[in-house]
Amino acid sequence: MDNKMMSGAQIVIETLIEQGVTDVFGYPGGQVLNIYDELYKASDRINHYLTAHEQGASHAADGYARATGKVGVVIATSGPGATNLVTGIATAMLDSIPMVAITGNVPTSLIGKDSFQEINITGITLPITKHNYFVTDVRELADTIREAFQLAKSGRPGPVLVDVPKDVQVALCEFEKQGIVAPFPNKKVSDWRIEKAIEMINNSQRPYFYIGGGAVAANVGREIMELAEKCDAYMGCTLMGLSATPTDHERFLGMEGMHGHFASTMANSKADLIIGIGVRFSDRATGNTSTYCKDAKIIQLDCDRSEINKNINVDLALVGDLKYSLSEILKGVKSRNLPQWDAQVKECLAKEQAIADRAAALAGDRLTPAQVFDIINELKSEDSVVATDVGQHQMWSAQYLRFDKPRKFASSGGLGTMGYGLGAALGAQVASGERSILITGDGSFGMNLNELATATSYNIPTTIVLMNNGVLGMVRQWQTLFYGKRYSNTILDRKTDFVKLADAFGLQGERVSTAEDFRAAFARSLKADGPYLIEVAIDADEFVLPIVPPGGSMSDLITSKEDAAK
Amino acid sequence: MKKFVIGVYVENKYGVLARISGMIMRKAFNIDSIASGMTNDDAFSRITITLRGEDYHCDQLIQQLKKLHNVKSVDVLNKDDCVEREMMLIKVKNSPYNRTEVMAAAEIYRGKIFDYSVDSLCVEVTGEPAKINAFIDIMKPLGILEIVRTGTVAMERSRVLADPTEDTPHSKI
Repeated sequence: MDNKMMSGAQIVIETLIEQGVTDVFGYPGGQVLNIYDELYKASDRINHYLTAHEQGASHAADGYARATGKVGVVIATSGPGATNLVTGIATAMLDSIPMVAITGNVPTSLIGKDSFQEINITGITLPITKHNYFVTDVRELADTIREAFQLAKSGRPGPVLVDVPKDVQVALCEFEKQGIVAPFPNKKVSDWRIEKAIEMINNSQRPYFYIGGGAVAANVGREIMELAEKCDAYMGCTLMGLSATPTDHERFLGMEGMHGHFASTMANSKADLIIGIGVRFSDRATGNTSTYCKDAKIIQLDCDRSEINKNINVDLALVGDLKYSLSEILKGVKSRNLPQWDAQVKECLAKEQAIADRAAALAGDRLTPAQVFDIINELKSEDSVVATDVGQHQMWSAQYLRFDKPRKFASSGGLGTMGYGLGAALGAQVASGERSILITGDGSFGMNLNELATATSYNIPTTIVLMNNGVLGMVRQWQTLFYGKRYSNTILDRKTDFVKLADAFGLQGERVSTAEDFRAAFARSLKADGPYLIEVAIDADEFVLPIVPPGGSMSDLITSKEDAAK
Repeated sequence: MKKFVIGVYVENKYGVLARISGMIMRKAFNIDSIASGMTNDDAFSRITITLRGEDYHCDQLIQQLKKLHNVKSVDVLNKDDCVEREMMLIKVKNSPYNRTEVMAAAEIYRGKIFDYSVDSLCVEVTGEPAKINAFIDIMKPLGILEIVRTGTVAMERSRVLADPTEDTPHSKI
């Protein structure tokens, strides 16, 4: 193979292509002009999506990664371009999403001199990347980008940033094409740990699988289901664990935690064995850690050793390849029936149904979030990725949405980034080729609605369900419950006409306030050619229930507004 | 609270010390000192961190260190078989009275007077942090002008540090 002399900028693009990248998101600027010049020349081999703002590009790369498991790529210029990526990179870090961010920087001779649009982005992103690089020698550029991809997808995935000064982009170097780098393999857990886990599961009377984002990343939904069926366990998940297993599986109880399902949260607290898979026992999922499952044994499976005993002390840790561990455990566990456990959980499920029925009866003619999601579940394709923003609509999405396949839910779980959703929905659509759905609220949507321009420019088929209650609902809910109804800065009362806004950006939009109208509008959106916005009027006093009060235990779950008022 | 001494081998790469100190800051670990220096291999530096906390903090610090890409190995040093040393340069006021006091103390502490001028005396003292602190206490009434300390460096007498990879049923969890 003949090695050609290439500029650093060309090496950046050739290395991305070499690593299997077909789509990148970004925004040009002074210090990435050379890279954009090479993108132009390579436009038949790599697509670039120009967003309205670098933050949108970073969320799009994130959504792309969540939908596929591939590494999402974002490019931005130095200074403000780079700092605009920060929220997107942090979002990916907290949710362990593989991403490579490439930033330009001023020439090395101008570094450290407060030059125009110079910022130390490696310093800024130190705490929010798995690793980052400042490339000073063009001869190290290709290998650095390869290593960035390898790190991003190895072990617990995450974002990696490569900062390339302008003179390195200009400098010439030989380039030899290589293959796609493989992630470092996760180690296999010792036999004695597998045996101990099998023994603990076989001895358990009330086993419960608690599924997190790590299960999505490791694609072990099938193994977990088989295991749950074999040992008669029930399953629940964290926000990040949604879609790892099909939501309609009879042993799947839904998301648990602060706004979790009644049945899964109760089953978790009643279990005598918790098997946590790719979870970090986040405060949102455990509530008060001193009372969390204090009578249960806990097994934790993760590929990141630092998660063991970080938030919760566990009885057995299986650190390594999840697929291997679960397959080995599956071979060893006894096939059992646990009728008592079944009865206990069925009781919780019946209670959950009663709570839902009562809420529906109290709602009267009002359009409720439950109805909105029933219609979405009924009409959406099982291949559609649903992205959300952050707030009440996000928790309703997590509670009500149904998924048959993994990687169909994109939501900012760890960082809780309002404004995440639109970019993510666009990225997920580009990745999957299927219409994506964005569930958002008027607060979150207001943060990054500029990306409507991206949606229309590329005519990206995405259905935006904007649940408009005129308030910052989640914060307002807390103010109602815990701050004496002092609604400090949560009543938006903005004059935005979202239908006109959609029109101005060049997409179709409509406003609905009844279930029938929503059904018709949603069906229309699925047949539309490009993006489509549906504004749904939601009552400002609608609550996300259940709720575990801050600092409370999972058993302190409040299930109705009347109980909450006490 | 316990005290832990942790030995870390790191690659000499861009920003490695900032990566480590930044992680210690953001995870709110309580450290007494961090000292870094070259090793027999140009590609690596050895960092000694002294941590105050409980076993939980020690375990977390080790695991968080291991996650950093440029960190090659992390070990907790066995306190029973470990030599801890710190060096201090201290400058005190010179006067006829001080002179004899400083010289006597320096001799007992096996320090070295490396500078003698009309206004000041400079002493180099090496030893365990407790010894250094004791020397400072003696100098205090004489008028300390300046102190520089290296922070603790430490080494186990017999074991050569490497990443322990063995995983047995006796492992803690």
